[in-house]
Amino acid sequence: MFGSITAIGMGLAVIGAGIGIGQIGGKAMEAIARQPEAVGDIRANMILMAALVEGAALIAIVVAFLSNAA
Amino acid sequence: MRRYILGFVCLLCFSIFSIAQEHGHEQPTAEPHGDSGCGEPEHGEFNPGETAFHHISDQNIYSIGPFHLPLPCFLYAPDKGWSVFSSGRFHADAHGNGHMAVDGYVLVEGMVRRIMDAGFPAAEVEVGHHPYLQKAKGADGKEKEIPFVCYNSQLYQTEAKSTADGGLFGGGITSFYDFSITKNVVSMMLILALFAWMFISIANAYKKRDGMAPKGVQSFIEPIFLFIQDEVAKPFLGHMWEKYLPFLMSLFFFILGLNLFGQIPFLGGSNVTGNLAITMVLAIITFLVVNFNGNKHYWEHILWMPGVPAWVKTILTPVEILGVFIKPLTLMLRLFANITAGHMVVVIFVGLIFLFGKSGENAGASYGTAVGSTLLTLFMMSIELLVAFIQAFVFTILTASYIGAATEEAHH
Repeated sequence: MFGSITAIGMGLAVIGAGIGIGQIGGKAMEAIARQPEAVGDIRANMILMAALVEGAALIAIVVAFLSNAA
Repeated sequence: MRRYILGFVCLLCFSIFSIAQEHGHEQPTAEPHGDSGCGEPEHGEFNPGETAFHHISDQNIYSIGPFHLPLPCFLYAPDKGWSVFSSGRFHADAHGNGHMAVDGYVLVEGMVRRIMDAGFPAAEVEVGHHPYLQKAKGADGKEKEIPFVCYNSQLYQTEAKSTADGGLFGGGITSFYDFSITKNVVSMMLILALFAWMFISIANAYKKRDGMAPKGVQSFIEPIFLFIQDEVAKPFLGHMWEKYLPFLMSLFFFILGLNLFGQIPFLGGSNVTGNLAITMVLAIITFLVVNFNGNKHYWEHILWMPGVPAWVKTILTPVEILGVFIKPLTLMLRLFANITAGHMVVVIFVGLIFLFGKSGENAGASYGTAVGSTLLTLFMMSIELLVAFIQAFVFTILTASYIGAATEEAHH
């Protein structure tokens, strides 16, 4: 098997980011339903927040890659 | 409308299947000529992951369908100086494997590699059709599969390809430096030329048609430009937005253009923004802009956060200093990972045809999977179209927010 531990690490990182982005998306939908006129602001902030959560997952994935290479 | 979509799907199905057949027929008839006496190279199982990596990596030839456009190679080795020649001299085949060696350099899967053995002739020599994968120790002392080339019935080890991504994806710092105009560089030049022409003509149109409604390509770019200006630059940068607008716009349109260019099927599928070196340069530029424009307020909050107890500061300061470097690092990785993942998924969906059809042996399964994977690929590519815009937008908005945080005036 090639890099099986790495795969587990990447999977765990994705779970965390998935929960985070899911929360952001769900709350943004709720917010839009409550205040449809603010959809532009909410969408921009949602993407920004999702990008920041993704950053944490990306670092985890790179660490997984590096530990595989080393 | 529906008829056109159906026609397009059929056309795509057909072209993917014809590629599948082309690949399938290659294997039984391998090595009809050019055998230099090292025997038949081993054909392993079809590996979709490796195939995908091969297709998304940068190359020294530009392949559009069956045509291989040679590109100039500028190679520098400290021990023998510059070698400048056209990559057409490698006589590459459909897989990007050259069967000529030039100056001790060979072309393996589209990338120039150097032969490590000093006894290898420097002139142009024939090295057979296929590289031979064998386990050997690389320059870093670790054992892995390394391509060898065959010359005069003897195998010669090749060095890793020369890339700037620190060896994360198979390349690394080697005994030679590859300054060639590669596929990615050509794509970048094409996009820059296109955008220079487009934006200069749009700027002229604004001068000529002052006060009138926008026309032609002007009306396509204007809403995008205004969106970035009003949704990104103004809210994050406050009254300084005009100073940073050119930088933000250059970033946005450069990334967007290259993202979209990489999406065009049958045009080489260049993966420019999915190249770690290129996203690294973009992130370094952002890092420099943010930190050179950071005011006293910004540095104070990093080095000695006001309003917290001293013992907290000893923990906070290292974290904040790390944060300065982590911000551009995540910018670099986010763009790279999103674009690379998109390209890989598309290639792997196409690779499913070879996997289920056993590389052309099972024609029925090939046909069936070709239809399925075409639909999946179409679906993926439409998502990738969205991702191309979102990632360009995210890179710009994060840059704007970092600049905004660094230049904000104190207000407490």
